[in-house]
Amino acid sequence: MATATPNLPAVPELSRKDFVPSNEVRWCPGCGDYAILNSLQRAFPELGVPRENFVLVSGIGCSSRFPFYMNTYGFHTIHGRAPSVATGVKVANPDLSVWIITGDGDGLSIGGNHLLHLLRRNINVNVLLFNNRIYGLTKGQYSPTSPVGTKTKTSPTGSLENPLNPALFALGAEATFVARTLDTNPKHMVETFKAAHAHQGISFVEIFQNCVIFNDSTWDSIYGKDNRDEQMLFLETGKPLLFGKDKSKAIRLNGLTPEVVDAATTPPGEILTHQPGQTSPLYSHLLATMGQPDFPTPMGVIRQIEKPTYETLVHEQIAQATAKRGPGTWQELLHGNSTWTVA
Amino acid sequence: MKKTSSKIVAKVDSASISHQVAREQAKHTPMSDPTPGFREMKSVVVRFAGDSGDGMQIVGERFTDTSVTIPNSIATFPDYPSEIRAPVGTIGGVSAFQVHFGSTKVLTSGDAPDALVAMNPAALAVHLPDLVTGGLLVVNTAAFTEDNLKMAGFTSNPLDDPSLAEKYILIALDITGLALDALKESTLTNREKLRCKNFLALGFMYWVYSRPIEPTLDYITAKWEKKLPALAAANIAVVKAGYFVGETSELTIERYRVARADVAPGIYRKISGNEATALGLIAASQRCGRPLLFSGYPITPATSVLEALAGYKHFGVTTVQAEDEIAAIGVALGGSYAGKLGATATSGPGMCLKSEFMGLAVTTELPLVIINVQRGGPSTGLPTKTEQSDLLQALYGRHGESPLPVIAANSPSDCFSAAFEAARIAIQYSTPVILLTDGYLANGSEPWLVPDEATLPDISKPFADESLPYVAFARDPQTLARTHAIPGQPGLEHRIGGIEKNEKGAISYDPEVHSLMTRLRAAKVAGIANSLPPLEVNGDRSGKLLVLGWGGTHGAITSAVTALRSEGHAVSSTTLRHLNPLPADLGALIQGFEQVLIPELNNGQLSIIIRAKYLVDTLSMGKIKGQPFKISEIRERILELLNA
Repeated sequence: MATATPNLPAVPELSRKDFVPSNEVRWCPGCGDYAILNSLQRAFPELGVPRENFVLVSGIGCSSRFPFYMNTYGFHTIHGRAPSVATGVKVANPDLSVWIITGDGDGLSIGGNHLLHLLRRNINVNVLLFNNRIYGLTKGQYSPTSPVGTKTKTSPTGSLENPLNPALFALGAEATFVARTLDTNPKHMVETFKAAHAHQGISFVEIFQNCVIFNDSTWDSIYGKDNRDEQMLFLETGKPLLFGKDKSKAIRLNGLTPEVVDAATTPPGEILTHQPGQTSPLYSHLLATMGQPDFPTPMGVIRQIEKPTYETLVHEQIAQATAKRGPGTWQELLHGNSTWTVA
Repeated sequence: MKKTSSKIVAKVDSASISHQVAREQAKHTPMSDPTPGFREMKSVVVRFAGDSGDGMQIVGERFTDTSVTIPNSIATFPDYPSEIRAPVGTIGGVSAFQVHFGSTKVLTSGDAPDALVAMNPAALAVHLPDLVTGGLLVVNTAAFTEDNLKMAGFTSNPLDDPSLAEKYILIALDITGLALDALKESTLTNREKLRCKNFLALGFMYWVYSRPIEPTLDYITAKWEKKLPALAAANIAVVKAGYFVGETSELTIERYRVARADVAPGIYRKISGNEATALGLIAASQRCGRPLLFSGYPITPATSVLEALAGYKHFGVTTVQAEDEIAAIGVALGGSYAGKLGATATSGPGMCLKSEFMGLAVTTELPLVIINVQRGGPSTGLPTKTEQSDLLQALYGRHGESPLPVIAANSPSDCFSAAFEAARIAIQYSTPVILLTDGYLANGSEPWLVPDEATLPDISKPFADESLPYVAFARDPQTLARTHAIPGQPGLEHRIGGIEKNEKGAISYDPEVHSLMTRLRAAKVAGIANSLPPLEVNGDRSGKLLVLGWGGTHGAITSAVTALRSEGHAVSSTTLRHLNPLPADLGALIQGFEQVLIPELNNGQLSIIIRAKYLVDTLSMGKIKGQPFKISEIRERILELLNA
């Protein structure tokens, strides 16, 4: 890392331990959050960002304690509102690497409105949404991503609400980077976090996360040892959509409807190829809506397209106004367009 | 001018009768009358009213700009209809502009109009009840058609009622017809010609009040000559025609003169409250060395602060129109955390939404300016009307022990100083600050003696020293402000948040820690009182009666008390800029008076505070009508108390 150009200050070589603070981590033993924390601590040193330029902003919930466990700048705000604080931070200083840590309740219920507008503005910040399909910090109530029929203390006879699909929500807001990853696959998490960082614009990452106390094994039907090959499809840019043991199954389009076909007997040209850069929303929506019971759940980068970022445009407008009118002066500020003098 | 005079119904006889009435009005003491036909007035209130399409705001603005050149002391207030596009001719579509100008100090936009220009029946219906008896009433007879009368709720033409001319100096002019006559040679379409009629009324009022028309002609030329020369020529012709109607008609009404006021020399500009607030924030950002990051959500009557600031990008101002009130304060707080001067503005209902974030700003001890342009409440209440009913909300409207400084602006131009002061406190004490203005201040405007920037103090405060170990909640021994390290400062990485923390900034649920931190936060805010100048008192510092006000009632209170003092009454007044903490010398001042009267546009909120804090039996004078105090209301209450 000592090869930085002479004109630029060298980014000091960082390692995982630089991001581990001295205080104790206090999630429940076995919580999926530990693996996510570990993966982010592994990803950060590889991003080439000085440690002081990382800012983690969170709301309220188990996942939102995250900033306290990262030795960076961190702001633990209020329930659902991290996107607005993060917007202020990023607009104030676009050089910062800003990460919003949120959960299904914080991000999609109480903070749904802020998340929506964060996504559509295409601010260059990263959102890590820990989806455990339950309210954990308040000890087990159904969340906006809980499947219909989820039995909790507030839904003893089963929840009635249709769950939100976080990736589809992000795509609905035309997010420029939408990805999915899972707490049981550190390698995939690290790669996904690095891809999120590399993307210039909003990066939305849904992380399937297990709540060992209140919603244990919620994702096992997808990522459990016995199910994962059949139930997940790992996306790779430019590669065909294959899954199953030995990648024996593939996805093909029949009109506008996807179907599962046998990879070996289907002509390669008919199998869908992963193209996250498609500007048309159709393909990414198709991926986001695939899932149980008929399809595997796509994991990885679902969509990645380029668009100008909000904070860049904001600062361009400031630069343009300054170029056009010159830097503001006291005379202009105080006198305005029209004055008169009393002798 | 036969033709013209046929369009004029001058009620000469009744006008002279009305003048007898007018002379008996105590409000304006007639001065010596050096020129026959002119009457000298100390101050006059003129209200222009018409349909929202009649151009009353522009006419009022022109009349104001002409009057400041005299110079007169001046204050204005626009009264827009609440509907955006109410049907033409209806009560809901009436738009008005009031201008108060005087040769003595004018501090309010005036109690009641001495003159009313009513461009249609609806304007007459809405505004006639306010006109003083014996006042000048100018109506556009052409608009008094059957349809318009019906829409205004009249069953008969009020101009046919002889009592109207008995009670007021009625000038019934065919303003529309006169304007069309003046534009016979114009190439404008008839529809365009009709739109010029407001300038005819303006020209006429210039004649009545002996004002020069040249500033208006210059304005018209500058605005339209290049792009729309025909329109410029037409408006100029119509202004002149209006003036000459007065000059050449057979009207024998008296004309008025308001002598130049003894205005402090210097450079002046006209400014509204919300404009001044915006400029005060920018000035503060320059003086604290932190660019302004302002985020707001549209809400009446605060929106124009955001609108104004969006035009100052070349001052390094960043504006973010947020998705809601909550996000707006969140963005501003995020900006502050990252080293900008964060600010947001809203009105009552928006304050409710922002209150959770204010609590976070209190406990994380970050600088933030929160402006509440108060309006009538609760809920949607009276969105376009003024009130001071959010004082207790500002002081206490958060959960937990969460004191924060609260200050108030007392006139449109004072919003500049108040915004600057709010930012000073926010930066120096690392705290959120609430600035209370109100709809009356926000929309009202007055001449502003432009300050010399050299008089604006340095309010900068350095961020944490990177060469020292960082302790997030280590405090300045003087101000108790915590040290603020911003993201990007190497070696000072730390975490803050809403959970209670100890003095080092580490999360702590320890009972003693919570008690200590709560008391420290309170002591920090209370200590701001040490930085405040002594109270300015209008009058003696002891006596029979102190009139204690805050915010936008300053003008009415000061005007009433100043007048009464000049008449020999033992009454004093003071206006509070700081509502939390209260000035250190307020208690002693209050103790010096037998009685304390507190007029405020609410149900007695400051009164509750003063009673609780100083154990004084205050006399509350509340008004909750969506309207500012009249000087006369306060005057009468003071006299009642003094004569009791």
